[in-house]
Amino acid sequence: MSARSATAYVPHEIQGHQPGTVAALRAEFGDAIERDLVSCEESIVYVSRGRQHDALAWLRGTPGQEFNYLTDVTAVEYRDPERPLEVVWQLRSLKRRADLRVKTALEKSQPLEVRSVTDLWAGADWLEREVFDMFGIRFQGHPDLRRILMWETYAEGHPLRKDFPLRGHFTRAEQTRQALAANPEAHYSLEELSIADAYNELPADMRERLLKGERGYLR
Amino acid sequence: MGLINPAVANEGIEGAQISTASPNWVTTRLDFLINWSRSNSLWPMPFGTACCAIEYMATAAARYDIARFGMERQSFSPRQADVFICAGRVPFKLAPVLRRIWDQMPQPKWCISMGACASTGNIFDNYTIVQGIDTIIPVDVYVPGCPPRPEGLLYGIQLLQKKIMSESKSDYNLREEAVYDAQGLLLTPSRIDELSEPFGNSVHQTRSL
Repeated sequence: MSARSATAYVPHEIQGHQPGTVAALRAEFGDAIERDLVSCEESIVYVSRGRQHDALAWLRGTPGQEFNYLTDVTAVEYRDPERPLEVVWQLRSLKRRADLRVKTALEKSQPLEVRSVTDLWAGADWLEREVFDMFGIRFQGHPDLRRILMWETYAEGHPLRKDFPLRGHFTRAEQTRQALAANPEAHYSLEELSIADAYNELPADMRERLLKGERGYLR
Repeated sequence: MGLINPAVANEGIEGAQISTASPNWVTTRLDFLINWSRSNSLWPMPFGTACCAIEYMATAAARYDIARFGMERQSFSPRQADVFICAGRVPFKLAPVLRRIWDQMPQPKWCISMGACASTGNIFDNYTIVQGIDTIIPVDVYVPGCPPRPEGLLYGIQLLQKKIMSESKSDYNLREEAVYDAQGLLLTPSRIDELSEPFGNSVHQTRSL
């Protein structure tokens, strides 16, 4: 092991190797922690799909862990078609200057669904939308799960899946036709946006603009 | 500044109706005047989507200074622009926006496709990039390069000026709006597929199924 892991607390370095956290997770969740490994001095923990949300909530809320910042949510599909997809949560504790990577494997034979963590980290909203857009993994409990990079009417599937051809499924002419058929000025009504639920908490000037109909209708 | 003699131009056409707009001394002089003024007061509308836009900015700035070519005013509204300069790659998501902006420009208007991405899609032979903006809007001048140096863009602008100088008011079709088919396409589907065919090393890439 490197000298770094022997140090209890390194003030200005990121601590990626988290043996203490992994042990605590194992004690708390038992068999739900499928395996853990250290790669490039970063701890990676595999959590079963059923307990994924509980484990992330525990990591966020438990004193001594306090992974209060969600760096990224992403997913991986490997070339081996038998190998499951993996959803990756990259966590960071701003207070402890520590990093942890949590993964959940999703078997391809089962529906690609996992619980959303938007209730824990609000910033997961767009990250999960991106994963949904690119991999087709559905996040249960996400307030507004729709495409974010590709346009709404994109019909070719989820581009980062391994069975997606690099040039897309359709011919170039069909892709051009479908792209041009999209309305660049289409916008969402407030009913479609989750912002409608938060109307009462919005700043007064924004509420005023919404009422004036700048972005569609408010009933 | 070609002075066309209508007697020579219509030679051999038995009983040809010489329309009032056929080239004669007055119209060619008028053409020259109009073309001269148009080509030397082009207002560019930059549509910068990527690194080509950086080169475009360098072209517009003091050292290369496209104001020397009458492009003093950068128009950031399509409604007050003459030349549409597409600088950078255009994803399919942006295609309707590009088309809308082109449609908003009043005649006379011209289009410069700046750089390899706008002209052909470049290395981005993938699911998301338009393989040349000429599948969406008509293009007058293609500037090669990745990105082209300011000199390259200036050369393209000069080529466009030459092209404008050869235009004639008696050519009715010249300044007509492009016609899109019922599907909204500028070209036929087979033509778009042909233009988007992979070429170069892209042919050998094996990542597609």
